[in-house]
Amino acid sequence: MKTDLTRRMLLKGTIASSAIGIAIGAGLLTPKAVLAAWPKEAFTAKDIPGALSSLMGSDSAEESGDITIKAPDIAENGAVVPVTVSTTLPGVESIAIIAANNPVPLIANFNLKEGAEGFVSSRIKMGKSGDVIAVVKSDGKLYKAGKEVKVTIGGCGG
Amino acid sequence: MASNSIKIRAKLKEDVVTVKALMTHPMETGNRKDSKGETIPAHFIQEITCSSAGKEVLTAQWSGGISKNPYISFKYKGAAEGDELTLTWVDNKGNSESAAVTVS
Repeated sequence: MKTDLTRRMLLKGTIASSAIGIAIGAGLLTPKAVLAAWPKEAFTAKDIPGALSSLMGSDSAEESGDITIKAPDIAENGAVVPVTVSTTLPGVESIAIIAANNPVPLIANFNLKEGAEGFVSSRIKMGKSGDVIAVVKSDGKLYKAGKEVKVTIGGCGG
Repeated sequence: MASNSIKIRAKLKEDVVTVKALMTHPMETGNRKDSKGETIPAHFIQEITCSSAGKEVLTAQWSGGISKNPYISFKYKGAAEGDELTLTWVDNKGNSESAAVTVS
């Protein structure tokens, strides 16, 4: 009788743990999703409104003259396009850089913490000619500015 | 961990520190194909964290749209000469590297 009882318990246990196993397998309890702060959705979005709303919570950005984008008018090599974004807007929380015609438009998002000035500079890839857009989050609101860059040789894909 | 794959400089001028950093990384988007027509798997830096004297000053999330061997520059206030600035990156394969520099 006693052995039978333990056998029951053992069976129950196996069923319970296999249920968890199935949940992990189905992606319900993906450990990665819990850990990563990296916004996968925003970085896989194929359009700008999609990327912005999943990254910033809204896709309505106001045009602003207080954002300056420094990028070449014509980039000979799309694999390396230097881009500098600076802004005089107060209370800048983040600066996102977007290449409108890239397969994945959102390139980078910089979160500026305490003490950081409204300035970031980097080098980006551009698949073809198009606008480079900077979206600045300042005091909870979104502002944007764009600059057209012509690309002679694409830097994404083949 | 000592590493040669990150070059970083932090210059203090009139209470603003200008940081310039250069990292060595392939930054593969996952869209390119090699000569045999096979897709080259994505391999790029996803997250960057910069701290000055133990306080975060900038974090960034990147896609594969940042150029190979990434360059980054930013400015911040509130540091004194001699403070330590560290930069850490994590890529999509979970690799991580970091480097430190003294503000001068």
